[in-house]
Amino acid sequence: MAGALNTALRDAMTADDSVVVFGEDVGPLGGVFRVTDGLTATFGEQRCFDTPLAEAGIAGLAIGMAMNGLRPVVEMQFDAFAYPAFEQITSHLAKMANRTRGRVRLPVVVRVPYAGGIGGVEHHCDSSEAYYAHTPGLTVVAPSSNADAYGLLRAAIEHPDPVIFLEPKKHYFSAEQVDTTREVPPIGRAVVRRPGADATLIAYGPSVPVALGAAEMAAAEGRDLGVVDLRSIVPFDDATVLAEVRRTGRAVVVAEAPGFASVASEIAARVAEGCFHHLEAPVRRVTGFDVPYPPPKLERHYLPGAERVLDTVDELQWDHR
Amino acid sequence: MTRDGPIRLLAADGAVVEDQRHSLPPAESLLAHYRTMVLGRRLNELAGALVRQGRLAVYPSSRGQEACQVVAAGALRPGDWLFPTYRDSVAAAARGVDAVEVLTLLAGDWHCGYDPLRHRVAPQATPLATQLPHAVGVAHAARLKGEDTVVMALCGDGATSEGDFHEALNFAAVLRAPVVFLVQNNKYAISVPLARQSVAPSLADKGVGYGMPGVLVDGNDAAALSVVLQEAVERAAAGAGPTLVEADTYRLEAHTNADDAARYRADAEVSEWQPRDPLIRLRAHLRAEGVLDDRADAEIAEAAEAEAERVRTALAADSPVDPAELFAHVHARPTPDVAAQAALLQAELAAQEEIR
Repeated sequence: MAGALNTALRDAMTADDSVVVFGEDVGPLGGVFRVTDGLTATFGEQRCFDTPLAEAGIAGLAIGMAMNGLRPVVEMQFDAFAYPAFEQITSHLAKMANRTRGRVRLPVVVRVPYAGGIGGVEHHCDSSEAYYAHTPGLTVVAPSSNADAYGLLRAAIEHPDPVIFLEPKKHYFSAEQVDTTREVPPIGRAVVRRPGADATLIAYGPSVPVALGAAEMAAAEGRDLGVVDLRSIVPFDDATVLAEVRRTGRAVVVAEAPGFASVASEIAARVAEGCFHHLEAPVRRVTGFDVPYPPPKLERHYLPGAERVLDTVDELQWDHR
Repeated sequence: MTRDGPIRLLAADGAVVEDQRHSLPPAESLLAHYRTMVLGRRLNELAGALVRQGRLAVYPSSRGQEACQVVAAGALRPGDWLFPTYRDSVAAAARGVDAVEVLTLLAGDWHCGYDPLRHRVAPQATPLATQLPHAVGVAHAARLKGEDTVVMALCGDGATSEGDFHEALNFAAVLRAPVVFLVQNNKYAISVPLARQSVAPSLADKGVGYGMPGVLVDGNDAAALSVVLQEAVERAAAGAGPTLVEADTYRLEAHTNADDAARYRADAEVSEWQPRDPLIRLRAHLRAEGVLDDRADAEIAEAAEAEAERVRTALAADSPVDPAELFAHVHARPTPDVAAQAALLQAELAAQEEIR
């Protein structure tokens, strides 16, 4: 996925001179995950540069540069390292267009390597999407595949408003090839990754492969599970999600973040509201526990895996049919 | 650099102070500043009155700081940018933004009432120091685009404690961004005095830590401010990087009308600053120089009064707010949720209309 993102940045920078990339170690090093590899060499220090080590400064600089006509794409080195920039993101990046009656729109992309599964030490594995999704004015995107990583990053850079771009870091080293000539997926549109007749798994980002794995295992046992990949958390694609659940009558939301007051909770509420008369069982959530992200030796117990998903699917009141 | 005390070209009585390195700005430019400062003072008074009448929710007055407000705006060229805080309404007006639009925020009609891109004046920032990194961004983008734009970024003494102040100055220095940081040291952050904010010998001294010049200037001396800020703007425009300017001034009024300054400072202290008023000083100087007589002074006061009257009338007029605007600007294309919520509110309003 790092390669797909790198290609997206290259293609965007080639297509539009106003696209600039900056952050910590994104220059000659190419970023700690190599997503910006070679951009400084290709486009020069003016287009891709290292900043001092200060996340609020990076976000604030991006806001000012966007005010003056550029399209900054900034990297927050890790999910939890983005928190110093929280005020700049929530009070300024998210609100500028509204404050100024739409006169100052900020086409800024904040790339956040996020979530766990890489054996990272503390503060390197947070799933921070709820903070951003809760903030009006932000568009929040989380690709689950290399093809979507490419397409959604291109779409995010072209988006007229700020986008929080959540990159599931455990998939950075996936080498799945991307056809960059394909049409760019629109922001705000979910996709049915796997149609299913018996129940629908709803996931985004790093939880999509987990859900697909669970569906594979269920199929072997004769149960047909569908998987919807949100791709965009904000805007939320109710139409795709609700249509699938209405068809199957059963839904499980799968996400890595702690479940309390989470995006998973939001999805469950929307499905309950929108599919009430179609539901055969309560909507269930399989999420991270409500504890800080665990140390590497314990993360496999924390992360929602296919087994936990299938155990929850088993509880969807199948005898009621 | 700041050991000799603030740079001062006019004494409190308007007399010229000998200075080896700086010469007095031309009289016409000082007279122009005086005219705008009189208007600024009048707007400060008017806004206070409008709060008492309930027309404005609140007003953080810059009375006593009009020299900083006016000269900061006056130092800029048409293509330059100003980044004001909530206390810098007069600076925004001096930059050419209609005072009625400046006061939109405090009148409660909307947040930013003017077009920042048209005026090159950023929205007034209420969270402290958060606008400073934006100022650096505008400046750095200008450099990348090959424009010689300079950005004047305003903040107060309290804001120098914020992380964003540090990050902005460090970024500006490292990027050699064309920014002038003007700290109006008015001695109080709401109630907290400077001594609880910083024990640096001066706030201008902080420039050393960032590798940029730090200049301490008498903030109630429009002539000294004019020279210092002009020099900093020219330096930035020439590609020599940012400057930190500390203006030694005083907030003559409470933080806002909602504040009670008697709880934290003595009247005697305020009385000490009254004779150092920037307007008194500049008026005395211009009169002594013979460029301002009774007639001109009266004409300037009348013009300020006429503008105040225009602003008062405009703000007294009923300004209908549009509920649909709650949703209109959040996204370039409203999300389905926001669109649905806009429709819900419209339906509620239509139903209420029917009941009437």
